[in-house]
Amino acid sequence: MPASLLAIPLLPLASFVLTLLLGKRWGTRAHWLPIITVLLSFCCALAAFFRVRSGEIVNQDLYTWIASGNLTVSVGFLVDQLTSVMLIVVTSVSSLVHIYSVGYMKGEDGYYRFFAYLSLFTFSMLMLVLGNNFLQLFFGWEAVGLSSYLLIGFYYQKQSASDAGKKAFIVNRFGDFGFILGLFLIFTQFGSLHYHEVFSRVDGIAGQTVSLFGGQASLATVIALLLFCGAIGKSAQIPLHVWLPDAMEGPTPVSALIHAATMVTAGVFLVARCNPIFELSHFALNLITVLGAITALFAATIALVQTDIKRVVAYSTVSQLAYMFIGCGVGAYSAGIFHLFTHAFFKALLFLGCGSVILGMHHEQDVRSMGGLKDKMPITYWTFLLASLSISGVPGLAGFFSKDEILLMAFNTELGAGKFAWAIGVLVAFMTAFYSFRLFFLIFHGEFRGTDHQRDHLHESPAVVTLPLILLAVGAVGAGWFGVPKIIGGDNHWAHFLEPVLGHPHVHVSGLTEGLLMLGSILAGVCGIGLAFYMYRLKPHLPAIVAERLAFCHRLLLNKYYIDEIYIGGIVKPTLAFSRGVLLRVVDLACIDGVVNGVPRAIGVFSEKLRLIQDGQVSHYLAWMGGGAVALVVVLLVSI
Amino acid sequence: MSIPLLSTLIFFPILGGLSLLIVPRQQTATIKIMALIVSLIEFALCAPIFLLFDKTTFAMQFVEVHPWIKALHINYALGIDGISVLFLLLTALIIVLSILVSWQSITTKVQEFFISLLLLEGAMMGVFCATDFFLFYIFWEAMLIPMFLIIGVWGGPNRIYATVKFFLFTLVGSLLMLVGVILLYQNGGHTFDILKLAGQPYSLKLQLILFWAFFAAFAVKVPMWPVHTWLPDAHTEAPAAGSVILAGVLIKMGAYGFLRFSLPILPDATREMMLPMLVLSVIAIVYGAIICLAQTDLKRLIAYSSVSHMGFVTLGMFALNQHGLEGAILQMINHGVVTGALFLAIGMVYERTHTREITAYGGLATTMPVFAGFFLLFTLAAVGLPGTNGFIGEFLILLGSFERAPWTAVVAASGLILGAWYMLWLYQRIFFNEVNEAMHGLKPLDLREILTLLPMVLLIFWIGLYPNALLGFLHVSVGHLLDQVNGLGLAGQAAPLTLALHP
Repeated sequence: MPASLLAIPLLPLASFVLTLLLGKRWGTRAHWLPIITVLLSFCCALAAFFRVRSGEIVNQDLYTWIASGNLTVSVGFLVDQLTSVMLIVVTSVSSLVHIYSVGYMKGEDGYYRFFAYLSLFTFSMLMLVLGNNFLQLFFGWEAVGLSSYLLIGFYYQKQSASDAGKKAFIVNRFGDFGFILGLFLIFTQFGSLHYHEVFSRVDGIAGQTVSLFGGQASLATVIALLLFCGAIGKSAQIPLHVWLPDAMEGPTPVSALIHAATMVTAGVFLVARCNPIFELSHFALNLITVLGAITALFAATIALVQTDIKRVVAYSTVSQLAYMFIGCGVGAYSAGIFHLFTHAFFKALLFLGCGSVILGMHHEQDVRSMGGLKDKMPITYWTFLLASLSISGVPGLAGFFSKDEILLMAFNTELGAGKFAWAIGVLVAFMTAFYSFRLFFLIFHGEFRGTDHQRDHLHESPAVVTLPLILLAVGAVGAGWFGVPKIIGGDNHWAHFLEPVLGHPHVHVSGLTEGLLMLGSILAGVCGIGLAFYMYRLKPHLPAIVAERLAFCHRLLLNKYYIDEIYIGGIVKPTLAFSRGVLLRVVDLACIDGVVNGVPRAIGVFSEKLRLIQDGQVSHYLAWMGGGAVALVVVLLVSI
Repeated sequence: MSIPLLSTLIFFPILGGLSLLIVPRQQTATIKIMALIVSLIEFALCAPIFLLFDKTTFAMQFVEVHPWIKALHINYALGIDGISVLFLLLTALIIVLSILVSWQSITTKVQEFFISLLLLEGAMMGVFCATDFFLFYIFWEAMLIPMFLIIGVWGGPNRIYATVKFFLFTLVGSLLMLVGVILLYQNGGHTFDILKLAGQPYSLKLQLILFWAFFAAFAVKVPMWPVHTWLPDAHTEAPAAGSVILAGVLIKMGAYGFLRFSLPILPDATREMMLPMLVLSVIAIVYGAIICLAQTDLKRLIAYSSVSHMGFVTLGMFALNQHGLEGAILQMINHGVVTGALFLAIGMVYERTHTREITAYGGLATTMPVFAGFFLLFTLAAVGLPGTNGFIGEFLILLGSFERAPWTAVVAASGLILGAWYMLWLYQRIFFNEVNEAMHGLKPLDLREILTLLPMVLLIFWIGLYPNALLGFLHVSVGHLLDQVNGLGLAGQAAPLTLALHP
């Protein structure tokens, strides 16, 4: 294995350990080691990518991790087309976020700690994508969860931040619950957890069934759905999406890196990586598609009304992740990964743009206190505009190509859920454009609505912050050009590159259909932008009126459909009450300890009574003796 | 073997402990240092065992046999195999750390305390080395006395209730085991030799009687649900060292008893009783975890989490397959390390705050950041994060139970969710949020404390990243044990090893 490959995850790991132990001494220079190592990682990732392009696939074990009975799991690396793309995404965005954080986190308590955690996250995410087996994937999976927990709770003195970190970890465990059972089922079926051995024999489980709750279910479906449980948790899909919006408690660079560009896409990566299994189950694919469509719509509606700028972008992320799942669900894995790729740039840019605005506004996140920032923050303004155009699917920008590819595939698949997902997808594209530009106009145009103090200190962010914005803007514009479809003169290079891993669904579609579909999604985006322009620029009083007319809907959306309240009332509180009221008070204290303490007490009471017999009165002893003798005689007589 | 290594392991700490008597009792510093040196030498004595141990055989090694009470065929017989060898190391390590953590917290009857610790160490070593059931029983009961004193003399305010409860629970169980041992002696050819007792054709009825008699002793020690309620009381009242030993070694004795006696000697009953045992294990996992959510006392919470974690151990054990058994044994070590470490840490913070109420804490990450880092790591190991030792054990156990009966793994895996819930909630309440008024000005960890915790950190990662270092000791012995349970191959004979040998 080339040393440069090993260096990709090990450099950030070394940086984590050293920065954690020594970073305090380095003070304000603590960022140097993490930045240098992640940049080197990026270079190595590029090298790996070009080696893969030239046809060199690596699949090699480093050492045996666990050996027990017939189980042998290694720590090893698989670098193929899919991995190499993920490596680029992770290391590039991570590098930019590292640099950005120098400006954003300046002067914060625990500066070194922040960079140490960033390195830990980078290492974990790289291990996740590099693993050549399911257990190493799971290692990375949990390790990114840990980094996420630490970074969400970075401001741990704040109750809301420590709550959010804990929530993220626990909610993800619900998904992991299914994931790990899926791993067991895979192992019992294939006798291995290594990708190569599982996927090369995957056809063997086609048509097999397992008995489940008394009925029979397709084995492939059960495995696929158990794995998908993990993806639902990590990628924040319904019903486990609740942790992601709260995760915005973390510093904004974290939101950009972990909760937009990389970690949350691990679920999509998982489904794409396991595509040979998912391909065997139409039921699972349909379910993923439908769930994706529902989540996309659900999150987009919530994003329409939120006022915290980071929360808008967070719900937008949930919605966009759902798009990726629609892509995977309809069998167009390369389209899903394509959207993952472009989304990483424009969404990271949106988040970092928000961060720049938050810096400029002195840690104000409420969009109602902003407005008119255009002139004061030109670089942020223009890059944010590009990101918003990209996510809205404006032709030529990155988001357009990937989103269009997904919608095209959804429309043309033979899967039952395809058309449904397509229709929802177009609707969501419209909403996406609307809420993105609602945010854009509210932040950058109109009158300034903040305090005078904020107005006086309003400033463009330093170069260390704006430079990553500019670089990401390049990605948000150009990342889609790798996958330009044939109809407009491209050769869909992206899908061809990934085909060896992800396959390519053969859809036969006429040029006219494809053109019309493309036109449809362009129109959806343009209408969304137009409506946002109308409501927030031309008739600024209109939104309030609409909110009042639709008060019920508005409240429902503002409160995120009350899902958190339902979970707290339906799961958390009953469990706590059951724990205190039933298990502790009744079973442990009353029943078990009742017996434990009761038996000695009963013996004590009995002996207390028995003691009274020995009262020292000779006449009483005589009476007992006499009585005893009589009793003995009676017993003897009876027994004869 | 010319040097009786195992006897040395047993009697060196006992003699070392007694030699503390010659030091005048006021010279507490000398007593502590001597105790530490004795425990360190004992730990070093484990090294040759670890290095010379032959992993390719399931036969007893370092064997010592001397006739003891000839009329009853009782021998002083010692020996270790892959199942017991790791526990010797664990015991030696835990005692060293217990002495370190008691350095300042024990202020009364110092001499007696450290003597008790070392006597306890000798007895525990004896339990893991004895291959004669009678000898085993002697050591088993001998452990009770120093432990009884450690909790009863140096414990918290409610220590008398806790010790009596602890003593009665274990004594009732032990007495039933004694009856079982005698019954076994009569039916097993008048011998107490464990190897000879195994593999004999006892009737199923007798096996079942014996199984439940042994169960009484071992289940209480584990502790399995529903005979677990002594543990929270004992832990809460015990001094830090007592809790560490209790969690680190003592409760492993129960599971070890199952492995050493119930499974190989009573294979038919074991297979017969597999289902009830699996059910009890799963109940313990879920019950212990949920009840943690209701705890307001730091030590009590960790005690209940032990019930849950030991449920994993018995689950893996009674899955009766290679993965489950290896996972169970590894998890016993892991639990000793992790929960031992948690109690060490709690002991350190208790010395500073003198409270175990969770609500009294808050914000310790601000006031004691290094300590917060250590505790976080122990917390993560307790919730089984991959990369830590906790994951390897839990994974193998769940895999084993999944292969045996998938539903047990499904229910048990919910323990992963609940475990994260109660541990992270605990962590949040102690370390995060605003600094609680009473938590200002806590002094940071000193060098002694850091050195106490550091070995645990190294073990957590070492086992987590390279578990084969320990699993390698288990493969052959566990394979042989499985042969015995499945009725293949008699003890002492060359049993088929196909199941055990790993490529």
